Amino acid sequence: MPNEPDDKQPPVNAPGDKPVNEASPAAQKPPAATPAVAAPPKPPAAAGAPPVPPATKPAAPAAAGAPPKPPAPPKEAPPKPEPLDNDLVKRYKNCFGEGIREAWIDRKQSILVVDAAQYEEIARYTRDVEQFNLLADLTAVDWPRREKRFDVVLNLYSFAKNERLRIKVHVGEKEQISSVAGVWSTANWLEREVWDMFGIVFAGHPNLTRILLPDEWQGFPLRKDYDILTQDIAWIRENLGIESGQ
Amino acid sequence: MADFLDTEGREIDPVTDHSVDVETTVLGADEIIINMGPQHPSTHGVLRVKLKLDGEKVVGSECIIGYLHRGVEKIAEHRTYQQFAPYVDRMDYVAAVSNGLGYCEAVEKLMGVEAPPRARVIRTILTELQRIASHLVWLGTHALDIGALTPVFYCFREREEILKIFEKYCGARLTTHAFRIGGLQYEAYDELEADTERFCKDFETKVDEYETLLTENRIWIGRTKGIGVISAADAIAIGATGPVIRASGVEWDIRKAAPYAAYDQYKFDIPTGKNGDTYDRYLVRMEEMRQSSRICLQAIQNIPTGPIMARIGKVLKPPPGEVYHAIEAPKGELGYYIVSDGTTQPYRIRIRPPSFVNLQAFDTMVKGHLVADVVAIIGTLDIVLGEVDR
Repeated sequence: MPNEPDDKQPPVNAPGDKPVNEASPAAQKPPAATPAVAAPPKPPAAAGAPPVPPATKPAAPAAAGAPPKPPAPPKEAPPKPEPLDNDLVKRYKNCFGEGIREAWIDRKQSILVVDAAQYEEIARYTRDVEQFNLLADLTAVDWPRREKRFDVVLNLYSFAKNERLRIKVHVGEKEQISSVAGVWSTANWLEREVWDMFGIVFAGHPNLTRILLPDEWQGFPLRKDYDILTQDIAWIRENLGIESGQ
Repeated sequence: MADFLDTEGREIDPVTDHSVDVETTVLGADEIIINMGPQHPSTHGVLRVKLKLDGEKVVGSECIIGYLHRGVEKIAEHRTYQQFAPYVDRMDYVAAVSNGLGYCEAVEKLMGVEAPPRARVIRTILTELQRIASHLVWLGTHALDIGALTPVFYCFREREEILKIFEKYCGARLTTHAFRIGGLQYEAYDELEADTERFCKDFETKVDEYETLLTENRIWIGRTKGIGVISAADAIAIGATGPVIRASGVEWDIRKAAPYAAYDQYKFDIPTGKNGDTYDRYLVRMEEMRQSSRICLQAIQNIPTGPIMARIGKVLKPPPGEVYHAIEAPKGELGYYIVSDGTTQPYRIRIRPPSFVNLQAFDTMVKGHLVADVVAIIGTLDIVLGEVDR
């Protein structure tokens, strides 16, 4: 019984466009009330996304009570990751062409960024042809300043090759992504956890409900704009009979 | 078996249909739903299971978890790398040393440093002792659930000896925080080798003693053979790791497949089962304890001298990027996926808990068995709810 995601949007998320440009001048930075997160380490050739003109409408301030953090200090440019160009990537590119957006090596671990449209197809290919039959982990990372703010990350293992592979998909806040629970059954609970913590909707999931938090909980705790002190106060008052858990 | 209808009136097969929601399914004439936990003593913590029964047979189940959720991954984003290290001990709290090893090695990999050889060997010894201790807790409680009262006393007697070694080493028994990023905080105490040797040599006979109580015990065999069977293909699809997958016949151990710490220096075997039932998982874990003891005895023969801490600064700022590091924890693959943005605090830490993923196999294992077997199957999965819920 899939949830309607829109009903469960956290109240702390005020409506309003998120600033989508990362390379904009400092004047276009979101207001300080948006919790500052450090700029994500950028892979080369940013996902094929063209530079977007600066958003004119600044994000509405987040919930009161979220203490503004000082902006992250300027950092030196991150080291360029080493591009990955081996037989594996060539096979993937032969099969899916533009569906493979990027490939690089980080700490000797192979990472592929794939297109969300071909994600399920690539997952099947990965399991059946490339023999990555163990889905060790499926999780997400939130990059709130990026145009498509979430990375869905799959950590895979192949018994036949004794190799690991990481596949990433970029997903926007209002977008859905296909579920891979039909490809690896492991993904069932793991995707539920990602929905629970990030609010990413997996289309076609057999039972996309909250798993660790109570069903009535509002908000998605592992998003970066959910401050560590933020809670579902209404739920806590009603169910625990105390003013606040903090 | 009675017909089942879902809420929209379609006919479904509750045995094969994984999407059956126990609560909304229309029940057949002979069926009831019972609730087990979260305060049931045999659920090893705060696991709650809704069971749909046809007579005494389980036809569907649903695990309800999250009672122990503490938001460990969120906490991590607001601590420095060193500050977060003690938190990982509180996930699988009967194997805190293994959690710490996985975390420290993951951060070391992220920073591109390696612990000195001496630290790696001492880490290996303590982690293997921890594996024995964790398996002893499993054996004692699992046998107790099934009705064998005796083993738990012996198991906790031996576990106590291991906890004493931990206490002598770092002062703590349970949530040890034994390792630090880059190596060790404490030098090995003088009698560490002697204590470990004495324990391991004794322990060989102790495992035999447990086996005389259980392995050929008719009641034990009756309660475990053919119970909770999972095939190798199913186990891989569901993502099960550790003793669960090995008992189904998959010879895979991360200590061999991708050696970490000092495991590449020691000889040990990977025990496997054939049938993937509760009895095979029991045999696999018993043999694993012997192998762990074997590793410890090899390791104490030759602990290298030298520093115990790599040269790292007091302020850790791993370069931007990410890493996934998995170790073979007593329960299975314990993975840490860490994303760094170059600051002192991790941008994201994802902990891949073996118990959480293994518990997903519960539904497949329990179908068709009797209510009394439910506790055997929960026990054989060896879950720790602190790790399931995090």
